[in-house]
Amino acid sequence: MFYSSIGHYSLILGLCISLILIYFSVKNFKNSTILNTKILSFTFLQFFLVVISFICLIISFVLSDFSNETVFNNSHTTKPLFYKIAGTWGNHEGSLLLWLLVLTLFIFIFFLKTKNQPLKYKLLTLIFQQIIIIGFFLFLIETSNPFNYIYPMPEEGMGLNPILQDPALAIHPPILYLGYVGSSIIFSSALAATYLNIVSNVWASHIKKWIVVSWVFLTLGILLGSIWAYYELGWGGFWFWDPVENVSLMPWLALTTLLHCILVLEKKQVLTSWVIILSISTFTLSMCGTFLVRSGILNSVHTFANDPERGLFILVFLFSLICVSLFIFFFFHKSSQNNLNSFFWLSKETSIIINNWFMMYFLSVVLIGTIYPIFLDVLSSQKISVGPPFYHKLIIPFLIPFLIAMAIGPKLKWIKSNIVDKVYLILLLVISIVLSFLIVKKFDFNLLLNTILVSSALYLFFITLREFFIKKYSNISQNIAHFGFSLLILSILFNNLFSSEIITNLKVGETFTSSKTKIVFKSINQKKEKNYKSIIANFSIENLDGIIDNLSPELRIYNQPNIVTSEADIKTTLLSDKFIVINIVQNQDYFNVRYQVKPFMLWIWLSVILISFGGLISFFKKEYEK
Amino acid sequence: MYGRKVKLRFLFVVIIFITLILTVFLVLKSLEQNVVYFQSPSEIKSSVELNKSKIRVGGMVKKNSISINVKEISFIITDFKNEINVIYRGAVPNLFEEEKGVVAEGFLKDRNFLSATKILAKHDENYMPPEVKAALEEN
Repeated sequence: MFYSSIGHYSLILGLCISLILIYFSVKNFKNSTILNTKILSFTFLQFFLVVISFICLIISFVLSDFSNETVFNNSHTTKPLFYKIAGTWGNHEGSLLLWLLVLTLFIFIFFLKTKNQPLKYKLLTLIFQQIIIIGFFLFLIETSNPFNYIYPMPEEGMGLNPILQDPALAIHPPILYLGYVGSSIIFSSALAATYLNIVSNVWASHIKKWIVVSWVFLTLGILLGSIWAYYELGWGGFWFWDPVENVSLMPWLALTTLLHCILVLEKKQVLTSWVIILSISTFTLSMCGTFLVRSGILNSVHTFANDPERGLFILVFLFSLICVSLFIFFFFHKSSQNNLNSFFWLSKETSIIINNWFMMYFLSVVLIGTIYPIFLDVLSSQKISVGPPFYHKLIIPFLIPFLIAMAIGPKLKWIKSNIVDKVYLILLLVISIVLSFLIVKKFDFNLLLNTILVSSALYLFFITLREFFIKKYSNISQNIAHFGFSLLILSILFNNLFSSEIITNLKVGETFTSSKTKIVFKSINQKKEKNYKSIIANFSIENLDGIIDNLSPELRIYNQPNIVTSEADIKTTLLSDKFIVINIVQNQDYFNVRYQVKPFMLWIWLSVILISFGGLISFFKKEYEK
Repeated sequence: MYGRKVKLRFLFVVIIFITLILTVFLVLKSLEQNVVYFQSPSEIKSSVELNKSKIRVGGMVKKNSISINVKEISFIITDFKNEINVIYRGAVPNLFEEEKGVVAEGFLKDRNFLSATKILAKHDENYMPPEVKAALEEN
């Protein structure tokens, strides 16, 4: 009760400070040449107030204060402390408060860390950012206040959806938000720079840091979500082209493109309009994702409550942001015509642009696949879904030139100069093709396509690998990221080619035998925890080569809310994952058993970490190598 | 008549334009082939022509209709007006229960029989797939 009031009033105060900040910024923007120190202190105060409000919500969750509606809807006294805290952002209201927290934190850091940039630019960025912050404040207070009272106070809460009670999912939202919200700074800054007409290489090297940070967090956030889906949902994979996954992939694609463009802008002073468009679209896509997911249009675990008012609010907010940004772009952007002549067609920059177009193509495929069903539903009330075959068919063929351009692109500089390297380039290509032919040959389906795919990925792999050993040309962060990407594609390909799966229904004591595998359902035992009962099944699985694995998947029956979840048991080795998950079918003795052997799963996760590590290195590097 | 630069630029625009049209055409074509339509048991019963491609059927799992053996699970999906038999080999989601909403994806053998390749997961006990909700509300 007490904490809810404090939290609520801090939010309102925070909103007031936004208005004060805009007032001071506009005044300062018009008159003086020195930064008004009040602005910095108010920015900090605003951040501080949101922190207080956030802490109040956490305390309400920890104390199980059910007079707070959010706590009542999403918590329970028997829930472990860790999930009481993590549950703070495991719901609509709390996660929006977290979003706001990151927004205010980032603008504060932006002000502290931005040096050597014109004062007007800093102020204008602040103003744009405050407009976004005001939007979120209003949204939070009006439609999704985390501090609503319930009277009389209920005895017990409704509990948190058990599939969200998971360590990966506890840190997934904060990490993802750091990425999303980082893109809002890029958005505001790009608009400010366009307005003042200072989109230049100086601006590029300043905003690059923010782009890299957002990109690293967004990458890691998506990775965490994917790992969670792999072991918790039991669908047997890491990516399902589910609309909810797609809406996080779209900003990532835009941001990745932006990351590459900004490097070109930093060096050559070209592509200015393109960079601005990408900055705007990255943030717009993040907001679009929030809208689609939160409004209940796309149903998923992220849909906390269907409230049309919320959807409408985000839609109007999003629409006005797009209008403002387009207005600024068309009326204030002056494209510079200089330097275009120094653009040699066979250069690193050209290959970046070519890959940009591929990225945009991938983005539009994902976009169309995600929103087409929504449009069709609205227009003709016909209900359809777009599955993985659509995406595979449209993306995979274009992945081949994409990978090859990625391999050769960064080396184009020395194509002109060095004959030895040319030999290497061709030699590695031949090796890749032969090697992948030998690998794919064993599995005779779709020989041609798979050979080409694997060889282009292998080619990138070899070239980036070789680069690690010749220090002369190396740009270490880019090379690590590209190496990671080749590893990712290779792991995904091998994972798809060599996966095997057995699905069967077994009673306790029964044995399933196939030509390669013997699955023995040995026994079950039960265990009682604080907020769930679990049924643990013991399997022993014997392979052709006589190796016996003991795996114990689990079924958890939560008491509040009353939900059954399956906890897969996974045995991870360097080469492959053995994955088993069970399920009960109502009133039957049979257990539904799914056993999968998934090669290179670990490498999929590792390669994504490697990719973001590449970004991290470039963040800490002082000067970009020319 | 025109300078080399203008010609080059014109060629460039034409190439971009053609690529764009080709891309849109390809995407839409492939979309047409790969979408999965959603139908309720009643819609299947009343349909003139049997849908040969993959479809999704949604409704409630009929009470006492689930039966299971080593190989497969069979059950009945109902929208309280019409029913359809489903045979399924594969993994079932957590909340697959009688008298709860379900969406099965697969191929129709005839108007009363669906051979399912996938049963869709739900996320919590209150969740009802919107398609199922709509199908039930229509009746």
